[in-house]
Amino acid sequence: MFELDIKTGLLRGEKRAAARLITYLESESEDGIKIVKELYHLTGRSRIIGITGPPGAGKSTVTDKLAKHIRKTGKKVAIIAIDPTSPFSGGAILGDRIRMTDLSTDEGVFIRSMGTRGALGGLSKSVHGAVKVMDIMGYDYIFIETVGVGQSEIDIVKVADTVVMVMVPGLGDDIQAIKAGIMEIGDIFAVNKSDRDGAERTVTEIEMMLDLNDDDNYRPPVKNIIAINNIGIEELYKDIEDHHIYMKKTGKYEERRKKAIEEEILGIFKENLIGKVIKLQRSTDYVSVLIMEVYNKTKDTYSAAIELSDIINNKEG
Amino acid sequence: MNRPIRVLVAKPGLDGHDRGAKVVARALRDAGMEVIYTGLRQTPEQIAEAAIQEDVDCVALSVLSGAHNHLFPKIVNLLRDKGGDDILVVGGGVIPEEDIPGLKDAGIAAVFTPGTPTGIAIDFIKQNIKRA
Repeated sequence: MFELDIKTGLLRGEKRAAARLITYLESESEDGIKIVKELYHLTGRSRIIGITGPPGAGKSTVTDKLAKHIRKTGKKVAIIAIDPTSPFSGGAILGDRIRMTDLSTDEGVFIRSMGTRGALGGLSKSVHGAVKVMDIMGYDYIFIETVGVGQSEIDIVKVADTVVMVMVPGLGDDIQAIKAGIMEIGDIFAVNKSDRDGAERTVTEIEMMLDLNDDDNYRPPVKNIIAINNIGIEELYKDIEDHHIYMKKTGKYEERRKKAIEEEILGIFKENLIGKVIKLQRSTDYVSVLIMEVYNKTKDTYSAAIELSDIINNKEG
Repeated sequence: MNRPIRVLVAKPGLDGHDRGAKVVARALRDAGMEVIYTGLRQTPEQIAEAAIQEDVDCVALSVLSGAHNHLFPKIVNLLRDKGGDDILVVGGGVIPEEDIPGLKDAGIAAVFTPGTPTGIAIDFIKQNIKRA
């Protein structure tokens, strides 16, 4: 497929073109980046909703039901579903679509599964690129479903406008353990599988944790839901809309988007820099000489790093 | 382009046995591929649409119900209609020898019957995908 085809296809809303462009961006192809640059002015229109929570909490099911609910209003929905890549083989089994079968053939829905490919924050490195493609395509909502998170995978807050934390009863004291980590990034809490024992207790524990927050203007709502039976989904959607209104009204929306842009620029900057080091490593023996010097204690790691950036800067200048 | 091969492992039709599909999915993962698994009882339309959205290099179909002569060619045709003619399609399951030539004529690049070592399927996919 030629570059021109992808661009026109994208503007016509063709999923095949969007899918191919996301592949290009995942492989860091210059051709792919060029297309996004040219269409960048079309981004910034989609609502970006993060769905996160521990493994098995029901993130895919919640995403599926929310998407179906939104589709009833005629709005278009894109979903990025992330699953872990094996650090050993580089392969991955991406199984989030299992819960989203009926959405596959819905004209107004686009679903893309991604492997983390080495990223550690619960997202994929290419998630920004995929979001932009879907945004350019004109999807009203973009859901990002993270990998099952533990305590420190909070990168979703750097991308999404609203973060829905999906919890389940029975984690018990684990809530205590994780409250300093991922629990801080939830704008909305949904306690899924609330037909199980302990659902009320889980809600109470989350509420108690929220009591300690110092933001008087916004308190994250905590809801019991049973996503598989569609119970509580409408209310959850309303909470998402309310959060958006609050963010817009207080200027926090703009603040969060700017923060996201900052994070993204710095991320690309770091990637580029590391790319240069790898290139240097392949083409010359500067890096291995530095390693030898540090190993022989004729130099320290701090000075070696500064020398390395000097070498890269000089090569450019 | 340096990227992992992406494969959609799909179970069209009504049989509820996905042990084989899961074994294959796991083997492909261990060979460094990104495997999208969509679960049981998928319609040909769902499979073709998922393959397009996921921009896969290969669709690997598993059928144990005997409906392969109907389902496999239908999926190949749907993929062509949607512009996915560069996607390699392979099949597996309980498929009688005499059906295999017809399936190949219909665009199924290879048919792997029970007992095939997973390494053979992996090598076939690696050697036959149509894009870089």
